[in-house]
Amino acid sequence: MNAPTTDMIKDPATIPGWGVDIDPRNDPTYPYRDRSEDNGLSNAWTRPPVQQTDVEILQSIEHVRQPAVVGTSTPPSWISGMIRRGAFRYSESHWLHWLMLMGADRINVVEGIVQDLGRAKIPNIPAEMGIRSEWKHNKTGLAKKVAVVGAVGAVAFALFQWSGSAKRDGSDDRD
Amino acid sequence: MLAMDYRGPYRIRVEEKPMPKIEHPRDAVVRVTRSCICGSDLHLYHGMVPDTRVGMTFGHEFCGIVEEVGSGVENLKKGDHVLVPFNIACGQCHFCKQGLFGNCHESNAQATAVGGIFGYSHTAGGYDGGQAEYVRVPYADFGPTIIPDWMDPDDAVLLTDVVPTGYQAAEMGGIKPGDTVVVFGAGPVGIMAARCAWLFGAGRVIVFDEYEYRLEFARTYCPAEVYNFRELDVVVFMKKTTDGLGADVCIDAVGGDAAGNALQTLFGVKLKLEAGSAIPLHWAINSVKKGGVVSIVGVYGPTGNMIPIGNVVNKGLTLRANQAAVKRHLPKLIEHVKAGHLNPKALITHKVPLEDVADAYHIFSAKLDGCIKPVLVPSAA
Repeated sequence: MNAPTTDMIKDPATIPGWGVDIDPRNDPTYPYRDRSEDNGLSNAWTRPPVQQTDVEILQSIEHVRQPAVVGTSTPPSWISGMIRRGAFRYSESHWLHWLMLMGADRINVVEGIVQDLGRAKIPNIPAEMGIRSEWKHNKTGLAKKVAVVGAVGAVAFALFQWSGSAKRDGSDDRD
Repeated sequence: MLAMDYRGPYRIRVEEKPMPKIEHPRDAVVRVTRSCICGSDLHLYHGMVPDTRVGMTFGHEFCGIVEEVGSGVENLKKGDHVLVPFNIACGQCHFCKQGLFGNCHESNAQATAVGGIFGYSHTAGGYDGGQAEYVRVPYADFGPTIIPDWMDPDDAVLLTDVVPTGYQAAEMGGIKPGDTVVVFGAGPVGIMAARCAWLFGAGRVIVFDEYEYRLEFARTYCPAEVYNFRELDVVVFMKKTTDGLGADVCIDAVGGDAAGNALQTLFGVKLKLEAGSAIPLHWAINSVKKGGVVSIVGVYGPTGNMIPIGNVVNKGLTLRANQAAVKRHLPKLIEHVKAGHLNPKALITHKVPLEDVADAYHIFSAKLDGCIKPVLVPSAA
Protein backbone atom coordinates (compact mmCIF):
# COMPACT_ATOMS: atom_id res chain seq x y z
CA MET A 1 0.00 0.00 0.00
CA ASN A 2 1.16 3.51 -0.81
CA ALA A 3 1.10 5.18 2.60
CA PRO A 4 0.80 8.98 2.55
CA THR A 5 4.20 10.56 2.92
CA THR A 6 4.88 13.47 5.23
CA ASP A 7 4.96 15.98 2.39
CA MET A 8 1.51 14.83 1.24
CA ILE A 9 -0.21 15.57 4.55
CA LYS A 10 -1.56 19.11 4.41
CA ASP A 11 -2.01 21.36 7.40
CA PRO A 12 -5.42 22.94 6.80
CA ALA A 13 -4.31 26.09 8.59
CA THR A 14 -1.92 26.81 5.72
CA ILE A 15 -4.61 26.66 3.02
CA PRO A 16 -6.07 30.02 1.91
CA GLY A 17 -9.76 30.16 2.69
CA TRP A 18 -9.84 27.05 4.84
CA GLY A 19 -13.17 26.74 6.58
CA VAL A 20 -14.70 30.00 5.29
CA ASP A 21 -17.83 28.17 4.19
CA ILE A 22 -18.26 25.91 7.19
CA ASP A 23 -22.00 25.83 7.73
CA PRO A 24 -23.44 23.65 10.44
CA ARG A 25 -26.84 23.98 8.75
CA ASN A 26 -25.55 22.23 5.66
CA ASP A 27 -27.24 19.04 6.74
CA PRO A 28 -26.87 16.57 3.90
CA THR A 29 -30.24 15.01 4.62
CA TYR A 30 -31.94 18.28 3.72
CA PRO A 31 -31.00 18.68 0.13
CA TYR A 32 -31.65 22.21 -0.90
CA ARG A 33 -32.00 25.66 0.45
CA ASP A 34 -35.27 27.53 0.40
CA ARG A 35 -35.29 30.52 -1.86
CA SER A 36 -38.94 31.42 -2.07
CA GLU A 37 -41.60 32.66 0.27
CA ASP A 38 -43.77 29.63 -0.33
CA ASN A 39 -40.89 27.29 0.47
CA GLY A 40 -41.25 25.68 -2.95
CA LEU A 41 -44.38 23.92 -1.81
CA SER A 42 -46.76 25.51 -4.23
CA ASN A 43 -47.04 23.80 -7.58
CA ALA A 44 -48.17 26.97 -9.26
CA TRP A 45 -45.99 29.60 -10.83
CA THR A 46 -46.38 32.43 -13.26
CA ARG A 47 -45.31 30.97 -16.55
CA PRO A 48 -43.08 32.89 -18.93
CA PRO A 49 -44.57 33.59 -22.36
CA VAL A 50 -44.47 30.42 -24.45
CA GLN A 51 -42.10 30.44 -27.41
CA GLN A 52 -43.76 30.06 -30.80
CA THR A 53 -41.67 28.18 -33.31
CA ASP A 54 -42.01 26.72 -36.79
CA VAL A 55 -39.33 24.12 -36.04
CA GLU A 56 -40.46 20.59 -35.16
CA ILE A 57 -39.87 20.04 -31.44
CA LEU A 58 -40.08 16.50 -30.10
CA GLN A 59 -41.48 16.53 -26.60
CA SER A 60 -41.23 14.06 -23.76
CA ILE A 61 -44.60 12.48 -23.05
CA GLU A 62 -43.87 13.07 -19.38
CA HIS A 63 -44.44 16.79 -19.94
CA VAL A 64 -48.02 17.96 -19.55
CA ARG A 65 -47.36 21.11 -21.58
CA GLN A 66 -44.62 22.57 -23.75
CA PRO A 67 -41.92 24.27 -21.70
CA ALA A 68 -41.92 28.00 -22.26
CA VAL A 69 -38.67 28.06 -24.19
CA VAL A 70 -37.36 25.37 -26.51
CA GLY A 71 -34.14 24.71 -28.40
CA THR A 72 -34.49 24.97 -32.14
CA SER A 73 -31.17 23.45 -33.18
CA THR A 74 -31.09 20.62 -35.75
CA PRO A 75 -34.74 19.52 -35.98
CA PRO A 76 -35.37 15.83 -36.70
CA SER A 77 -34.88 14.89 -40.34
CA TRP A 78 -34.55 11.95 -42.71
CA ILE A 79 -34.54 8.36 -41.42
CA SER A 80 -32.98 9.30 -38.09
CA GLY A 81 -35.78 11.81 -37.61
CA MET A 82 -38.40 9.11 -38.18
CA ILE A 83 -36.73 6.96 -35.53
CA ARG A 84 -36.51 9.88 -33.11
CA ARG A 85 -40.23 10.57 -33.56
CA GLY A 86 -40.86 6.92 -32.76
CA ALA A 87 -38.65 7.12 -29.68
CA PHE A 88 -40.71 9.97 -28.28
CA ARG A 89 -43.76 7.69 -28.15
CA TYR A 90 -42.10 6.13 -25.12
CA SER A 91 -41.41 7.78 -21.78
CA GLU A 92 -37.98 8.66 -20.43
CA SER A 93 -38.19 5.65 -18.13
CA HIS A 94 -38.45 3.26 -21.08
CA TRP A 95 -35.21 1.75 -22.38
CA LEU A 96 -36.58 1.70 -25.90
CA HIS A 97 -36.81 5.49 -25.84
CA TRP A 98 -33.08 5.83 -25.31
CA LEU A 99 -32.00 2.88 -27.44
CA MET A 100 -33.94 4.23 -30.41
CA LEU A 101 -32.35 7.66 -29.92
CA MET A 102 -28.87 6.11 -29.78
CA GLY A 103 -29.66 4.15 -32.95
CA ALA A 104 -30.92 7.31 -34.63
CA ASP A 105 -27.69 9.09 -33.64
CA ARG A 106 -25.62 6.47 -35.46
CA ILE A 107 -27.78 6.61 -38.59
CA ASN A 108 -27.59 10.40 -38.42
CA VAL A 109 -23.81 10.17 -38.78
CA VAL A 110 -24.21 8.38 -42.12
CA GLU A 111 -26.84 10.93 -43.13
CA GLY A 112 -24.35 13.67 -42.33
CA ILE A 113 -21.84 12.21 -44.75
CA VAL A 114 -24.53 11.83 -47.42
CA GLN A 115 -25.53 15.45 -46.80
CA ASP A 116 -21.92 16.56 -47.22
CA LEU A 117 -21.54 14.63 -50.46
CA GLY A 118 -24.86 16.07 -51.66
CA ARG A 119 -23.33 19.52 -51.24
CA ALA A 120 -20.26 18.38 -53.19
CA LYS A 121 -18.23 18.45 -49.99
CA ILE A 122 -15.97 15.56 -49.07
CA PRO A 123 -15.59 15.53 -45.29
CA ASN A 124 -11.97 15.66 -44.17
CA ILE A 125 -12.45 12.99 -41.51
CA PRO A 126 -8.81 12.85 -40.31
CA ALA A 127 -8.90 16.62 -39.75
CA GLU A 128 -12.27 16.36 -38.01
CA MET A 129 -10.72 13.79 -35.68
CA GLY A 130 -7.85 16.12 -34.83
CA ILE A 131 -5.06 14.32 -36.67
CA ARG A 132 -2.98 17.50 -36.74
CA SER A 133 -2.77 17.60 -32.96
CA GLU A 134 -2.14 13.86 -32.83
CA TRP A 135 0.80 14.37 -35.21
CA LYS A 136 2.09 17.27 -33.14
CA HIS A 137 1.78 15.71 -29.69
CA ASN A 138 1.63 11.95 -30.13
CA LYS A 139 3.59 10.81 -33.16
CA THR A 140 4.21 7.36 -31.68
CA GLY A 141 0.52 6.82 -31.01
CA LEU A 142 -0.36 8.00 -34.50
CA ALA A 143 2.21 5.64 -36.02
CA LYS A 144 0.71 2.75 -34.06
CA LYS A 145 -2.80 3.61 -35.21
CA VAL A 146 -1.67 3.88 -38.82
CA ALA A 147 0.13 0.54 -38.50
CA VAL A 148 -2.94 -1.16 -37.02
CA VAL A 149 -5.28 0.31 -39.63
CA GLY A 150 -2.79 -0.64 -42.36
CA ALA A 151 -2.47 -4.19 -41.05
CA VAL A 152 -6.24 -4.63 -40.78
CA GLY A 153 -6.64 -3.21 -44.27
CA ALA A 154 -3.96 -5.51 -45.66
CA VAL A 155 -5.55 -8.57 -44.06
CA ALA A 156 -8.98 -7.56 -45.33
CA PHE A 157 -7.58 -7.02 -48.83
CA ALA A 158 -5.80 -10.38 -48.73
CA LEU A 159 -8.98 -12.15 -47.58
CA PHE A 160 -10.94 -10.42 -50.32
CA GLN A 161 -8.40 -11.50 -52.94
CA TRP A 162 -8.32 -15.05 -51.59
CA SER A 163 -12.11 -15.22 -51.52
CA GLY A 164 -12.27 -14.01 -55.13
CA SER A 165 -9.72 -16.51 -56.38
CA ALA A 166 -11.39 -19.34 -54.46
CA LYS A 167 -14.71 -18.52 -56.15
CA ARG A 168 -13.03 -18.45 -59.54
CA ASP A 169 -11.36 -21.80 -58.82
CA GLY A 170 -14.74 -23.22 -57.76
CA SER A 171 -16.30 -22.03 -61.03
CA ASP A 172 -13.49 -23.68 -62.98
CA ASP A 173 -14.17 -26.95 -61.18
CA ARG A 174 -17.78 -26.93 -62.25
CA ASP A 175 -16.95 -26.26 -65.91
CA MET B 1 -20.77 33.17 -38.23
CA LEU B 2 -18.30 30.42 -37.39
CA ALA B 3 -19.44 27.64 -35.09
CA MET B 4 -18.34 24.22 -33.97
CA ASP B 5 -20.23 21.53 -35.87
CA TYR B 6 -20.69 17.96 -34.58
CA ARG B 7 -20.42 15.35 -37.33
CA GLY B 8 -20.42 12.14 -35.27
CA PRO B 9 -18.41 10.46 -32.52
CA TYR B 10 -14.84 11.86 -32.47
CA ARG B 11 -15.63 14.06 -35.49
CA ILE B 12 -16.15 17.80 -35.33
CA ARG B 13 -15.27 20.79 -37.46
CA VAL B 14 -15.90 24.49 -37.80
CA GLU B 15 -18.69 25.55 -40.15
CA GLU B 16 -20.26 28.77 -41.30
CA LYS B 17 -23.75 28.85 -39.75
CA PRO B 18 -26.63 31.34 -39.69
CA MET B 19 -26.52 34.00 -36.99
CA PRO B 20 -28.68 33.17 -33.97
CA LYS B 21 -31.72 35.38 -33.51
CA ILE B 22 -34.12 36.39 -30.77
CA GLU B 23 -36.79 33.69 -30.59
CA HIS B 24 -38.46 34.63 -27.30
CA PRO B 25 -38.96 37.96 -25.49
CA ARG B 26 -36.53 36.89 -22.77
CA ASP B 27 -33.74 35.92 -25.20
CA ALA B 28 -30.45 37.67 -25.84
CA VAL B 29 -27.82 37.14 -28.50
CA VAL B 30 -24.28 37.13 -27.12
CA ARG B 31 -20.99 37.51 -28.99
CA VAL B 32 -18.73 34.90 -27.43
CA THR B 33 -15.38 36.00 -26.03
CA ARG B 34 -14.33 32.75 -24.31
CA SER B 35 -15.76 29.25 -24.54
CA CYS B 36 -14.38 26.25 -22.72
CA ILE B 37 -14.48 22.62 -23.68
CA CYS B 38 -15.87 20.80 -20.66
CA GLY B 39 -15.08 17.27 -19.59
CA SER B 40 -18.77 16.53 -20.04
CA ASP B 41 -18.52 17.72 -23.66
CA LEU B 42 -16.31 14.69 -24.11
CA HIS B 43 -19.29 12.44 -23.32
CA LEU B 44 -21.02 14.06 -26.32
CA TYR B 45 -17.85 13.89 -28.40
CA HIS B 46 -17.55 10.18 -27.66
CA GLY B 47 -21.15 9.58 -28.75
CA MET B 48 -22.38 8.56 -25.31
CA VAL B 49 -25.31 10.94 -24.86
CA PRO B 50 -28.57 9.94 -26.61
CA ASP B 51 -30.12 12.37 -29.12
CA THR B 52 -26.88 14.12 -30.01
CA ARG B 53 -27.67 15.26 -33.52
CA VAL B 54 -25.26 15.83 -36.39
CA GLY B 55 -24.95 19.55 -37.06
CA MET B 56 -25.34 20.66 -33.45
CA THR B 57 -22.98 23.18 -31.84
CA PHE B 58 -21.70 22.23 -28.39
CA GLY B 59 -20.50 24.53 -25.63
CA HIS B 60 -22.08 25.30 -22.27
CA GLU B 61 -19.21 27.21 -20.63
CA PHE B 62 -18.92 30.62 -22.19
CA CYS B 63 -18.90 34.32 -21.60
CA GLY B 64 -19.41 37.12 -24.05
CA ILE B 65 -20.74 40.53 -24.93
CA VAL B 66 -24.46 41.17 -25.29
CA GLU B 67 -25.28 42.07 -28.89
CA GLU B 68 -29.07 42.13 -28.79
CA VAL B 69 -31.80 41.62 -26.20
CA GLY B 70 -35.45 40.63 -26.49
CA SER B 71 -38.30 42.91 -25.49
CA GLY B 72 -38.62 41.24 -22.08
CA VAL B 73 -35.00 41.74 -21.01
CA GLU B 74 -34.58 44.89 -19.00
CA ASN B 75 -31.53 44.18 -16.84
CA LEU B 76 -29.02 43.73 -19.67
CA LYS B 77 -28.04 46.03 -22.50
CA LYS B 78 -25.94 45.82 -25.62
CA GLY B 79 -22.26 45.87 -24.73
CA ASP B 80 -22.53 44.22 -21.30
CA HIS B 81 -19.84 41.58 -20.77
CA VAL B 82 -21.57 38.63 -19.15
CA LEU B 83 -20.77 35.17 -17.95
CA VAL B 84 -23.55 32.75 -18.81
CA PRO B 85 -24.39 29.84 -16.46
CA PHE B 86 -24.59 26.53 -18.28
CA ASN B 87 -28.14 25.98 -16.95
CA ILE B 88 -31.00 27.48 -18.94
CA ALA B 89 -33.35 28.44 -16.11
CA CYS B 90 -36.50 30.56 -16.03
CA GLY B 91 -36.02 31.51 -12.38
CA GLN B 92 -39.69 31.21 -11.52
CA CYS B 93 -40.93 27.62 -11.96
CA HIS B 94 -41.59 25.15 -9.14
CA PHE B 95 -37.97 23.99 -9.18
CA CYS B 96 -36.25 27.31 -9.79
CA LYS B 97 -38.13 28.65 -6.77
CA GLN B 98 -36.16 26.14 -4.69
CA GLY B 99 -32.86 27.15 -6.23
CA LEU B 100 -32.77 24.05 -8.41
CA PHE B 101 -31.64 25.98 -11.46
CA GLY B 102 -30.26 22.83 -13.07
CA ASN B 103 -33.76 21.36 -13.01
CA CYS B 104 -35.84 24.16 -14.54
CA HIS B 105 -39.18 22.88 -15.80
CA GLU B 106 -39.57 25.53 -18.48
CA SER B 107 -36.51 24.94 -20.63
CA ASN B 108 -36.31 21.35 -21.84
CA ALA B 109 -39.05 19.89 -24.01
CA GLN B 110 -37.26 16.62 -24.67
CA ALA B 111 -36.75 15.48 -21.09
CA THR B 112 -38.14 16.20 -17.65
CA ALA B 113 -35.21 14.94 -15.58
CA VAL B 114 -32.87 17.80 -16.40
CA GLY B 115 -33.36 21.42 -17.35
CA GLY B 116 -32.04 22.94 -20.54
CA ILE B 117 -28.28 23.12 -21.02
CA PHE B 118 -26.53 25.02 -23.78
CA GLY B 119 -25.11 22.80 -26.52
CA TYR B 120 -25.66 19.55 -24.72
CA SER B 121 -27.74 17.36 -27.06
CA HIS B 122 -31.49 17.34 -27.41
CA THR B 123 -31.71 15.34 -24.19
CA ALA B 124 -30.81 18.67 -22.57
CA GLY B 125 -33.16 20.75 -24.68
CA GLY B 126 -31.66 21.04 -28.15
CA TYR B 127 -30.03 24.44 -27.77
CA ASP B 128 -26.97 25.34 -29.82
CA GLY B 129 -24.05 26.15 -27.55
CA GLY B 130 -21.34 28.72 -27.17
CA GLN B 131 -18.47 27.15 -29.10
CA ALA B 132 -19.30 29.68 -31.77
CA GLU B 133 -18.91 33.35 -32.51
CA TYR B 134 -22.48 34.07 -31.40
CA VAL B 135 -25.07 32.23 -29.33
CA ARG B 136 -28.74 32.58 -28.45
CA VAL B 137 -29.19 32.89 -24.67
CA PRO B 138 -32.75 32.15 -23.42
CA TYR B 139 -33.96 33.63 -20.13
CA ALA B 140 -31.25 36.25 -20.48
CA ASP B 141 -32.92 38.35 -17.79
CA PHE B 142 -32.20 35.62 -15.25
CA GLY B 143 -29.08 33.58 -16.06
CA PRO B 144 -26.31 35.86 -17.35
CA THR B 145 -24.29 37.77 -14.77
CA ILE B 146 -22.34 40.90 -15.62
CA ILE B 147 -18.62 40.29 -15.15
CA PRO B 148 -17.19 42.68 -12.56
CA ASP B 149 -14.66 45.15 -13.93
CA TRP B 150 -11.85 43.70 -11.83
CA MET B 151 -12.41 40.13 -12.97
CA ASP B 152 -10.27 38.45 -15.62
CA PRO B 153 -12.47 36.90 -18.36
CA ASP B 154 -10.45 33.71 -17.96
CA ASP B 155 -11.70 33.51 -14.37
CA ALA B 156 -15.22 34.49 -15.43
CA VAL B 157 -15.60 31.76 -18.02
CA LEU B 158 -14.74 29.11 -15.45
CA LEU B 159 -17.49 30.45 -13.17
CA THR B 160 -20.07 29.26 -15.70
CA ASP B 161 -19.63 25.60 -14.77
CA VAL B 162 -16.31 24.25 -13.47
CA VAL B 163 -16.08 26.29 -10.29
CA PRO B 164 -19.77 26.08 -9.27
CA THR B 165 -19.91 22.38 -10.09
CA GLY B 166 -16.80 21.66 -8.03
CA TYR B 167 -18.12 23.88 -5.26
CA GLN B 168 -21.53 22.21 -5.22
CA ALA B 169 -19.87 18.79 -5.22
CA ALA B 170 -18.17 19.78 -1.96
CA GLU B 171 -21.30 21.47 -0.62
CA MET B 172 -23.44 18.40 -1.28
CA GLY B 173 -20.93 16.38 0.69
CA GLY B 174 -22.12 18.14 3.84
CA ILE B 175 -18.45 18.37 4.87
CA LYS B 176 -17.82 18.96 8.56
CA PRO B 177 -14.57 20.37 9.99
CA GLY B 178 -11.87 17.72 9.97
CA ASP B 179 -13.63 15.38 7.51
CA THR B 180 -11.66 13.17 5.14
CA VAL B 181 -12.87 13.92 1.63
CA VAL B 182 -12.07 11.77 -1.39
CA VAL B 183 -12.44 13.03 -4.94
CA PHE B 184 -12.48 10.59 -7.84
CA GLY B 185 -11.15 12.28 -10.96
CA ALA B 186 -8.48 14.95 -11.34
CA GLY B 187 -10.12 16.71 -14.25
CA PRO B 188 -11.00 20.40 -13.87
CA VAL B 189 -14.18 19.70 -11.86
CA GLY B 190 -12.49 17.15 -9.61
CA ILE B 191 -9.60 19.51 -8.98
CA MET B 192 -12.01 22.33 -8.12
CA ALA B 193 -14.09 20.04 -5.88
CA ALA B 194 -10.95 19.09 -3.97
CA ARG B 195 -9.95 22.76 -3.67
CA CYS B 196 -13.43 23.71 -2.43
CA ALA B 197 -13.51 20.87 0.10
CA TRP B 198 -11.01 22.90 2.13
CA LEU B 199 -13.38 25.88 2.14
CA PHE B 200 -15.92 23.70 3.94
CA GLY B 201 -13.37 22.73 6.55
CA ALA B 202 -12.07 19.38 5.33
CA GLY B 203 -9.22 17.96 7.39
CA ARG B 204 -7.83 15.75 4.65
CA VAL B 205 -8.39 15.80 0.89
CA ILE B 206 -7.47 12.84 -1.31
CA VAL B 207 -7.65 12.71 -5.12
CA PHE B 208 -7.55 9.62 -7.34
CA ASP B 209 -6.82 9.58 -11.06
CA GLU B 210 -4.66 7.64 -13.52
CA TYR B 211 -2.85 10.48 -15.26
CA GLU B 212 0.30 11.49 -13.44
CA TYR B 213 0.38 15.04 -14.83
CA ARG B 214 -3.12 15.65 -13.53
CA LEU B 215 -2.30 14.16 -10.15
CA GLU B 216 0.75 16.38 -9.94
CA PHE B 217 -1.40 19.41 -10.75
CA ALA B 218 -3.93 18.44 -8.07
CA ARG B 219 -1.15 17.84 -5.55
CA THR B 220 0.03 21.42 -5.79
CA TYR B 221 -3.12 23.31 -6.78
CA CYS B 222 -5.74 21.86 -4.42
CA PRO B 223 -3.46 20.93 -2.52
CA ALA B 224 -4.28 17.28 -1.98
CA GLU B 225 -2.90 13.85 -1.36
CA VAL B 226 -2.91 12.19 -4.75
CA TYR B 227 -2.88 8.54 -5.78
CA ASN B 228 -2.92 6.65 -9.04
CA PHE B 229 -5.75 4.14 -8.94
CA ARG B 230 -3.78 1.89 -11.28
CA GLU B 231 -1.23 1.33 -8.53
CA LEU B 232 -3.45 0.25 -5.65
CA ASP B 233 -6.80 -1.17 -4.64
CA VAL B 234 -8.76 2.02 -4.07
CA VAL B 235 -11.22 0.66 -1.53
CA VAL B 236 -8.66 -1.27 0.51
CA PHE B 237 -6.37 1.75 0.51
CA MET B 238 -9.12 4.03 1.74
CA LYS B 239 -10.04 1.65 4.53
CA LYS B 240 -6.44 1.26 5.67
CA THR B 241 -5.66 4.95 5.57
CA THR B 242 -8.73 5.79 7.69
CA ASP B 243 -8.14 3.19 10.37
CA GLY B 244 -10.67 0.87 8.76
CA LEU B 245 -13.58 3.31 8.80
CA GLY B 246 -13.66 4.77 5.32
CA ALA B 247 -13.83 8.37 4.13
CA ASP B 248 -16.44 10.76 5.48
CA VAL B 249 -17.32 12.08 2.05
CA CYS B 250 -16.67 10.69 -1.44
CA ILE B 251 -17.15 12.77 -4.58
CA ASP B 252 -17.58 11.30 -8.05
CA ALA B 253 -16.24 13.91 -10.45
CA VAL B 254 -15.75 11.62 -13.42
CA GLY B 255 -18.98 10.24 -14.84
CA GLY B 256 -19.58 7.77 -17.61
CA ASP B 257 -16.20 7.95 -19.35
CA ALA B 258 -14.37 6.53 -16.34
CA ALA B 259 -11.50 4.07 -16.70
CA GLY B 260 -10.42 1.57 -14.08
CA ASN B 261 -12.58 -1.51 -14.54
CA ALA B 262 -12.62 -3.64 -17.70
CA LEU B 263 -16.16 -4.93 -17.19
CA GLN B 264 -17.61 -1.45 -16.69
CA THR B 265 -15.67 -0.16 -19.70
CA LEU B 266 -16.96 -3.02 -21.86
CA PHE B 267 -20.59 -2.70 -20.81
CA GLY B 268 -20.78 1.04 -20.34
CA VAL B 269 -18.38 2.56 -22.84
CA LYS B 270 -17.90 0.01 -25.62
CA LEU B 271 -21.25 -1.79 -25.77
CA LYS B 272 -23.38 1.04 -24.34
CA LEU B 273 -25.37 -1.53 -22.35
CA GLU B 274 -25.26 0.76 -19.33
CA ALA B 275 -25.15 4.54 -19.13
CA GLY B 276 -21.36 4.77 -19.07
CA SER B 277 -18.76 3.18 -16.82
CA ALA B 278 -19.79 3.71 -13.20
CA ILE B 279 -16.57 2.55 -11.55
CA PRO B 280 -15.90 5.82 -9.68
CA LEU B 281 -19.37 5.62 -8.16
CA HIS B 282 -18.73 2.00 -7.28
CA TRP B 283 -15.48 2.97 -5.55
CA ALA B 284 -17.15 5.91 -3.81
CA ILE B 285 -19.92 3.77 -2.34
CA ASN B 286 -17.46 1.17 -1.13
CA SER B 287 -14.84 3.65 0.14
CA VAL B 288 -17.09 5.94 2.16
CA LYS B 289 -17.75 5.19 5.80
CA LYS B 290 -21.04 3.83 7.12
CA GLY B 291 -23.50 6.71 7.30
CA GLY B 292 -21.28 8.75 5.00
CA VAL B 293 -22.15 10.91 2.02
CA VAL B 294 -21.50 10.26 -1.66
CA SER B 295 -21.74 13.38 -3.78
CA ILE B 296 -22.10 12.88 -7.54
CA VAL B 297 -21.41 15.52 -10.18
CA GLY B 298 -19.98 13.18 -12.83
CA VAL B 299 -22.29 12.97 -15.82
CA TYR B 300 -23.97 9.68 -16.68
CA GLY B 301 -26.47 8.83 -19.37
CA PRO B 302 -30.18 8.53 -18.63
CA THR B 303 -30.51 4.74 -18.57
CA GLY B 304 -29.05 2.46 -15.89
CA ASN B 305 -25.70 1.64 -14.32
CA MET B 306 -24.16 -1.22 -12.37
CA ILE B 307 -23.54 0.11 -8.89
CA PRO B 308 -23.62 -1.69 -5.52
CA ILE B 309 -26.95 -0.29 -4.37
CA GLY B 310 -27.13 -3.01 -1.71
CA ASN B 311 -24.12 -1.46 0.00
CA VAL B 312 -25.82 1.94 -0.07
CA VAL B 313 -28.61 0.37 1.97
CA ASN B 314 -26.40 -1.70 4.24
CA LYS B 315 -24.09 1.22 5.02
CA GLY B 316 -26.86 3.77 5.43
CA LEU B 317 -25.37 6.14 2.92
CA THR B 318 -26.70 9.44 1.69
CA LEU B 319 -26.36 9.98 -2.04
CA ARG B 320 -26.54 13.57 -3.25
CA ALA B 321 -26.28 14.64 -6.84
CA ASN B 322 -27.30 17.32 -9.29
CA GLN B 323 -26.26 19.54 -12.07
CA ALA B 324 -24.83 22.60 -10.34
CA ALA B 325 -27.26 25.44 -9.73
CA VAL B 326 -24.73 27.97 -11.03
CA LYS B 327 -26.74 31.11 -10.39
CA ARG B 328 -27.20 30.20 -6.72
CA HIS B 329 -23.45 29.96 -6.14
CA LEU B 330 -22.22 32.91 -8.20
CA PRO B 331 -22.37 35.70 -5.58
CA LYS B 332 -20.31 33.68 -3.12
CA LEU B 333 -17.89 32.35 -5.74
CA ILE B 334 -17.22 35.81 -7.17
CA GLU B 335 -16.28 36.88 -3.64
CA HIS B 336 -14.01 33.84 -3.27
CA VAL B 337 -12.19 34.78 -6.47
CA LYS B 338 -11.87 38.36 -5.31
CA ALA B 339 -10.54 37.25 -1.91
CA GLY B 340 -8.00 34.94 -3.54
CA HIS B 341 -9.52 31.81 -2.06
CA LEU B 342 -10.05 30.43 -5.54
CA ASN B 343 -7.89 30.90 -8.62
CA PRO B 344 -9.92 29.42 -11.48
CA LYS B 345 -7.83 30.57 -14.42
CA ALA B 346 -4.85 28.54 -13.22
CA LEU B 347 -6.70 25.52 -14.60
CA ILE B 348 -6.45 26.78 -18.17
CA THR B 349 -3.63 25.05 -19.98
CA HIS B 350 -4.63 25.67 -23.60
CA LYS B 351 -6.07 28.67 -25.39
CA VAL B 352 -7.06 27.66 -28.89
CA PRO B 353 -8.62 29.61 -31.78
CA LEU B 354 -12.19 28.52 -32.48
CA GLU B 355 -11.08 27.48 -35.95
CA ASP B 356 -8.92 24.74 -34.39
CA VAL B 357 -11.75 23.23 -32.34
CA ALA B 358 -11.18 19.70 -33.71
CA ASP B 359 -7.59 19.72 -32.48
CA ALA B 360 -8.63 21.16 -29.11
CA TYR B 361 -11.17 18.38 -28.58
CA HIS B 362 -8.66 15.73 -29.55
CA ILE B 363 -5.97 17.10 -27.25
CA PHE B 364 -8.43 17.22 -24.34
CA SER B 365 -9.96 13.82 -25.06
CA ALA B 366 -6.66 12.02 -25.57
CA LYS B 367 -5.03 13.82 -22.60
CA LEU B 368 -2.21 15.12 -24.81
CA ASP B 369 0.25 17.92 -24.09
CA GLY B 370 -0.53 18.07 -20.37
CA CYS B 371 -4.04 19.32 -21.06
CA ILE B 372 -6.18 20.22 -18.05
CA LYS B 373 -8.58 22.80 -19.46
CA PRO B 374 -8.82 24.09 -23.05
CA VAL B 375 -10.50 27.37 -23.87
CA LEU B 376 -11.66 28.36 -27.34
CA VAL B 377 -11.25 31.98 -28.34
CA PRO B 378 -13.15 33.24 -31.41
CA SER B 379 -11.10 35.55 -33.60
CA ALA B 380 -13.65 38.33 -33.14
CA ALA B 381 -13.37 38.16 -29.34
